[in-house]
Amino acid sequence: MAPRTCALCETAKAMLKRPKTGQQICRDCFFYVFETEVHNTITESKLFQRGDRVAIGASGGKDSTVLARVMKTLNERYDYGLELFLLSIDEGITGYRDDSLETVKRNQEQYDMPLKILSYDELYGWTMDAIVSQVGRKNNCTFCGVFRRQALDRGAAMLNVDHIVTGHNADDIAETVLMNIMRGDIARLGRCTAICTQGEDTIKRSKPFKYAYEKEIVMYAYFKKLDYFSTECIYSPDAYRGHARVFLKELEAARPSAIIDIIHSGEAFEVREEVKATQRVQQTCKRCGYMSSNDLCKACTLLEGLERGMAIAGITDRGRKQLEAQGPAPDNLRTIPLFKLPSANPTIAIETAS
Amino acid sequence: MTTISVKVEFSGGLELLFSNQRSHAVTIPSTDPTDSAPTNLQYLITYLRDNLLKERVELFVENETVRPGILVLVNDTDWELEGEGDYVLKDGDEIVFISTLHGG
Ligand SMILES: [Zn+2]
Ligand SMILES: [Zn+2]
Repeated sequence: MAPRTCALCETAKAMLKRPKTGQQICRDCFFYVFETEVHNTITESKLFQRGDRVAIGASGGKDSTVLARVMKTLNERYDYGLELFLLSIDEGITGYRDDSLETVKRNQEQYDMPLKILSYDELYGWTMDAIVSQVGRKNNCTFCGVFRRQALDRGAAMLNVDHIVTGHNADDIAETVLMNIMRGDIARLGRCTAICTQGEDTIKRSKPFKYAYEKEIVMYAYFKKLDYFSTECIYSPDAYRGHARVFLKELEAARPSAIIDIIHSGEAFEVREEVKATQRVQQTCKRCGYMSSNDLCKACTLLEGLERGMAIAGITDRGRKQLEAQGPAPDNLRTIPLFKLPSANPTIAIETAS
Repeated sequence: MTTISVKVEFSGGLELLFSNQRSHAVTIPSTDPTDSAPTNLQYLITYLRDNLLKERVELFVENETVRPGILVLVNDTDWELEGEGDYVLKDGDEIVFISTLHGG
């Protein structure tokens, strides 16, 4: 087969077929169109304002590694005027997170961005290794998900940032749309395609890769020789999501536009007011001050269960009742430090690139 | 029998299925013993499955080709531009398999 030339510059050899358009383009044109599309997503959705302090949720995996690189590139090229930080959560998983954090530390030096690592151990007094040894491998993902979400917000508050960006890509969002449909979670379906989410007093979160295909993210990392970590979590990967992912990849193989089509269907669902009304009003947790729809936030409930040796208390209503039957929480119970939203001054020193 | 040598690389987590080794030098016949046609990428995939793969075949091959979600590059070019499985291998080619299915 004779080499084809790039459909854009018409000079260099085409090296990639774009999944979105079928266009065959060269390496340099690919970098340019990929970065420009992310820039367009950012400007069309007005994600940032000059002077914003933005934390990139960095796991050491492909998506967040590419996101850090692209955010740095665009911030310089288009003079966004953003202050960028890397924020990593250390769940305390030996042989998994400790290795991926090494990748993030190298990114810190390569991209010259300050890095903050916040661990479950310092925040909750429990590593995931310790949690799994108490709860086993059945419900451990519930703990991890709740703890990570809150840890990201707390890390962002410590960095005094206005905004967290995450590496969620088009494939991830399409997958979430499918899962919400399959679970009948209509309220979430309405929210999961939003490029930016912000509750009343939560830190803004957004997804600049909302329209970026996973294939292109991986090719970008490969062509730029970016250093990323790609081992699955050793504690039971999310099986349900795994099936949704395989199904989506098969749809994509048959029709590459499937991913964007599913995101568009998710966006097209209009959530009726009655459904929205069933979502509870936000208040703050009576124990730790974090945003919550109950007296206690999910993390405090889970932590109390762990501390009192009844981990199931945070998972099921029945477990909760059993715990309550044992009396109120003891005074010396370990709790999560009080949550404060970002103030005018940074509250902690951050590690800087050496 | 004449042979050709190709360099095969696995990444994105796929290396875990191949003795946790990223790079492999592979020597294969220059023609397919079953039909005497020049050896192509399809033949290489089957060869890797039968000779190098250590575990969980379903994570690499599905319906006689690589599973959806695995990217293949031929000398750094997307295999979709090179005829995919029909690409005829040359001595010294570099073939890269990258899984996109592992965490981000
Ligand atoms: Zn070009
Ligand atoms: Zn709380």
